[in-house]
Order: sequence, then C-alpha cells, then structure tokens
Amino acid sequence: MSTYKIAVIGDKDSILGFKTIGVDTFPVTSDQTALDTLKKLVSENYGVIFITEELAQGIPDVINELHKRYLPTVVLIPNSKGALGIGIEQIRKNVEKAIGADILFRKEG
Amino acid sequence: MEIRVNPTRMELNRLRRRLTMAQRGHKLLKDKRDELIRQFMILVRKNKDLREHIEKELTDAFAKFLLARAVMSAENLEEALMYPTKVLRLDVHRQNIMSVYTPKFDWAEEETGGGEGSSIYPYGFVDTSAELDTSIETLSNILPQLMELAEGEKSVQLMAEEIEKTRRRVNALEYVLIPRLEETIKYITMKLDESERGALTRLMKVKDMVRAKT
Repeated sequence: MSTYKIAVIGDKDSILGFKTIGVDTFPVTSDQTALDTLKKLVSENYGVIFITEELAQGIPDVINELHKRYLPTVVLIPNSKGALGIGIEQIRKNVEKAIGADILFRKEG
Repeated sequence: MEIRVNPTRMELNRLRRRLTMAQRGHKLLKDKRDELIRQFMILVRKNKDLREHIEKELTDAFAKFLLARAVMSAENLEEALMYPTKVLRLDVHRQNIMSVYTPKFDWAEEETGGGEGSSIYPYGFVDTSAELDTSIETLSNILPQLMELAEGEKSVQLMAEEIEKTRRRVNALEYVLIPRLEETIKYITMKLDESERGALTRLMKVKDMVRAKT
C-alpha cells in the first residue's frame, strides 16, 4: 500500500476549479499535449486521473489500454460544454463485452 | 474431430480421466462466470446511475465556473485559486471480487496549513464572484462520488475483462475439448471392441481348423 496522487486533465476553463479541492490540474488544449501529459502522469505516482471527454475522444487507444491496467484509473468527466456521452457509452461497451448483449440500455432504446 | 491416439486400453483410461477433469473444470468455471456476471450487473447498474448523476452535477459546476471566469478577470481568478487549502491523499488497497483484484480508494484531505480551518474556499470574498463559490462548493461536494465512480469504473472494466476470459474458457471446454474427448473415447472403445471381436472369431476359426485336422 502506498500513497497516490489525483490529477485532472482538461481545458483550463473546466478544470481550474478542481485545484481548490486539492486535485492536481493539468490544463491542455491539443490532443498531442493531452497524450504526453497522460503518459507522464501514468509513469508518475497518480492513482486516479480524471480527463475530459473532449480530450479523451482524441486519444481512445491509450485510454482503452489504461482501462485494462490495475492502476491508474482513468475516469472520463464532462467539460464545461456538457457531457458527450462517451462515459456512458463505455459502460455500455463493457456490458456488451462481458455479457455479449447490451441488456442495460436496451429497454430505453 | 477426434484426437489422434493409439487405440489402447491405457490410452482410454487416460482420456477418461482427462474427460472427468475437463467436466469438473467446466462446471467450476461456469459457476464462476455466473457469479461474476451477477456481481458485475449490480456494479454496472450502480455505476450507470452514479455517472449520470455526476455528469449532470459536473456540467453544472463547470457552467458556473465559466460564468465566474467571465465575470472576474483572469488574473483575479488565477490568484484566487493559486493556493488550495487542501491536498488530497489517496491510499489504494487491493480488493478481491471473485479473484479479480480491483483497487479500493481511501482518500483523505489534508489541510495545507493557513489556519483557516474548515473553509473550502482558498480565497477571500472581496474580489471573487458568487458563482465561483457555488461552483467550488458543488465540486467539493461531488468529490466523494467522483472517487466512488473511479473505483466502480475500474472494477467494471477489470471484471468485464475477466468475464470475457472466463466465458471463452467455458466455451472452449464445452464446445471443443469435451466433445473431442468424448469422440475419441468412443473411437477407442469401438476399436477395442472390434479387435476383441476379431480375436474371438479368429480363435473360433483356429479351433475349427484344429478340430478338422484330428
């Protein structure tokens, strides 16, 4: 057991508020810097990384790869423009992967 | 398709042992899969509700923050948020759900000093806007749920992975290995029976021939 840190990656307008509650903020704007930052954070001692859906959209491969690891946990959050529905979509995909059919959302659609 | 083996009694015994082993493994894995799926569904449902709730709250908080940013000058805002009153510390424990290891987060807030005590606002109220306050309050309130979501999502991801693996194993046993073993066992039994019959007829024939000579 050891101590980890928490980080948030996103556009500055969305994430600055996180700083006040003690989360390390990394404002980025482009996909490339987001990727670099994410890679850097993974190699450092971060246990939970929040990333905005907008940025996550640009780097799905790395995010999916990290989902298979024990740590860190990458969590998608909406940004100030609202949720894109990728986070929910991922839950749906997980259900499909595990069970073979989408039994969670079928009722609604 | 059957496995290529010598049709001997020893081979038959060996295959029979393998078959019982495979069937036992199949049953166990099937039970594991069913239980995993049951727990997975509970977790997924909880997660979905949590995520929907969080997305709503966060969007709200961000929108307010955007307002604050519009009302205040960028320098003022940066200055207000420059020194947080808290640092989050995260402890990770290992949690075992049906032999899937998932992280469990214990987090603690540490005051960074400053003496203000319980205030979540790292700034004075003079040159900040009210939207900033509400935005930060929402964020601060939602943090426990965010951590819960992080934990839940990781568990769901890892469990989905494990369920898929287990399902593949179950199917491989059920549709490939066990039928093949059964097929091969049948083949060996037939072959042995056949040669037994062959030996018997030969024996009778020889006996006839011997009797005819005398």
